[in-house]
Amino acid sequence: MPETVRITMEHGSGGQATGELIGEIFAPAFRNEVLGQMEDSAVVSGSGRIAVTTDSFVVTPLVFRGGDIGRLCVCGTVNDLLMRGAVPRYLTCGFILEEGLEIELLRRIVRSLAETAAEAGVQIIAGDTKVIEGNGGLIINTTGVGSVPDGLDISAGNAGEGDAVLVSGTMGDHHAAILGERLQIESDIESDCAPLGEIVKGLLDGGIRVRTLRDVTRGGLGTVLKELAEASGKCFIIEEDAVPVSARVRDFCGLLGLDPLYMGNEGKLVAVVPREQAAEALEIMKNARYGSGAAVIGKVAGAGEGTEAGELLMRTQIGGVRRLTVLQGEGLPRIC
Amino acid sequence: MCVAMPGRVLSVGERTALVDFSGNRVQARTGLVKIEPGDNVLVHAGCILQKVSDREMEEMNAVMREMDELL
Amino acid sequence: MNLEEIKQYLKEYNGPELKIMEVCGSHTGAIARNGIPGLVSDRIRLISGPGCPVCVTPSSYIDRLIDLCLTPGVCVVTFGDLMRVPGSRMSLQQASGMGGRVKIVYSPMDVFPMAQREPETTFVFAAVGFETTAPVYALMVEQILEDHIENIRLLTALRTMPGIIDRLCAGGADIQGFLAPGHVAVVTGSKAFEPLAAKYSLPFGVAGFTGEQILTALCGIVKACERAKSGKDGGLVMNFYPSVVTREGNTEAQELVERYFGVSDAVWRGMGMVPASGRLLREEFAALDAGSRDLTEDHKINKACCCDKVLMGKMKPTQCPLFQKVCSPLRPQGACMVSTEGNCYTYYVNHRE
Repeated sequence: MPETVRITMEHGSGGQATGELIGEIFAPAFRNEVLGQMEDSAVVSGSGRIAVTTDSFVVTPLVFRGGDIGRLCVCGTVNDLLMRGAVPRYLTCGFILEEGLEIELLRRIVRSLAETAAEAGVQIIAGDTKVIEGNGGLIINTTGVGSVPDGLDISAGNAGEGDAVLVSGTMGDHHAAILGERLQIESDIESDCAPLGEIVKGLLDGGIRVRTLRDVTRGGLGTVLKELAEASGKCFIIEEDAVPVSARVRDFCGLLGLDPLYMGNEGKLVAVVPREQAAEALEIMKNARYGSGAAVIGKVAGAGEGTEAGELLMRTQIGGVRRLTVLQGEGLPRIC
Repeated sequence: MCVAMPGRVLSVGERTALVDFSGNRVQARTGLVKIEPGDNVLVHAGCILQKVSDREMEEMNAVMREMDELL
Repeated sequence: MNLEEIKQYLKEYNGPELKIMEVCGSHTGAIARNGIPGLVSDRIRLISGPGCPVCVTPSSYIDRLIDLCLTPGVCVVTFGDLMRVPGSRMSLQQASGMGGRVKIVYSPMDVFPMAQREPETTFVFAAVGFETTAPVYALMVEQILEDHIENIRLLTALRTMPGIIDRLCAGGADIQGFLAPGHVAVVTGSKAFEPLAAKYSLPFGVAGFTGEQILTALCGIVKACERAKSGKDGGLVMNFYPSVVTREGNTEAQELVERYFGVSDAVWRGMGMVPASGRLLREEFAALDAGSRDLTEDHKINKACCCDKVLMGKMKPTQCPLFQKVCSPLRPQGACMVSTEGNCYTYYVNHRE
């Protein structure tokens, strides 16, 4: 059997080895005109309002059911652009490779990154590679640039009284997939990491007057909705029965004493839309590739009797009311 | 305290049994109660604590009848 | 009765004020998650008791775990909840950040493959829990002995329910009924609560953990209280979780626990030594013990912390002067604010009042 080829400090020297790594792994995957210029910085066209976001991706394991860090680092950043109504256009990638990383694994991840970028319609226009001491790990930072159509205002504080609250699918899948791998629980759960461009474009092109979009990542739905309630100064009321959670994620949470409302996703969003457009928005989501599990989960209320500004309430299955707050601490598995 | 979940036994090994929880499979430690494939069992911290009675409805109905008579 | 009738009964209850204590931390969490306090009459007050193993573990236990994980050649293995519990100097999470070796697992059995992979490391399992988890540790001890495994130890903080309930009642706690811990009863059987029910003439309702199961048991407890008012015996033990709980419990599990662990006095955080309320590895298995015997010291993080009164049902979390002001899940001043089953944590995150 051929020996596994791994990253060494030499690959970060900036010399011959670095050049070979870029030539063999990155250049073929990311090939495009802008990168092809091989200049110190990328010069691209753009005008009007620009959306910019950056995110660093640290995940163990690097490859998991339903995705890998390459797909993840595109989806995370692209989705953040989309949540302001921006059309994602460019992406930069900074790779921090740990000594000992298998080159074949890196190749696979880079390929996945490139495929996901193509799917999401973004061009990779700049990149960087560094090598640090370590244990075969990999950290990726991506910065995304998008253009925001004139007149569009989608923001966390825009929810208004009477609006409907929708989610684009089941909650907790990504978090459960990762935790399952780490705790070696054999599971059919797959990460949901996906770019949400089709859903957002569908809503906007379909004439939905979208108030707010948020992707449901770390902290889970509970955290996201509580933040939206606070940002808008309204009270969000959701129905426990209406929040989609797959049976397998529900049982996974049951096993570990976790709450699906505080489990992260990487390919789901919350949308706040005018009540009269809720059914139409739901239909658009359901017809999109990553929105088949979409649901209307609740509504936005003003401050009034039994409701306070900035509050998140959930009507429970048995008819009780639960007040929710943001995730506290870390979602650790527990038995007690 | 004491998070525990019901699941279904898929297969039984020497010291463990494979228990399914809607698509999550755990090698749960056996040794506290006799089990066979197909049994519904209660699992706590990776161990099978008890079999789940398949007569739950009947038993619960009996409890409820008793409660009606409690006053 | 069906669920609607039960809800109506509990909502419309108009008798003398009843304080019903749930002793199990999972019940505390489920009551909040289901919004149960709002579904019952104002005259039924639900009080949380000392049923979170993490919350009742004294600080010296955490200190010992921290010393162990910072010892070269030792790795502490634990459930997730214990990570953030403050000892007298720091938490396991902080110790881990200082280079201590701590691993989080789902099952104590996960320690066996670790021990096999690293024979030169001693793995210490943080064996906290009540009657539910004790049989799991007994199986673990059995396997260690059968397979002659040299590098696994247990640091135990095992607690038992009847002893602490007895202490609460004997101490004059103002409680009219108990929501009895369902998964403890799976092991002990509902009969474990019979002597207490008789001694104090109080009803015990063994409950499962769904909203419906809890409401059903509460209804039974309230009815038993009503019955006591009319002169009949209210000291009943009622089993509302018959799918897994029997009167006798799991006798095989009981025997296995008895074989390896003897009954002992135990220190509960904030409450001091409670007779016959814990278990320790028997003398003949003391070689497997990582030093559980002398962990009696209990140090308050903040002098004003009222965890002890909260755990005994004498004070609601919201009545503690520290609650929400200086004590929060991110900066806990007492164990009840750390565990996701802790009284204070549950009140904090669910705004329970």
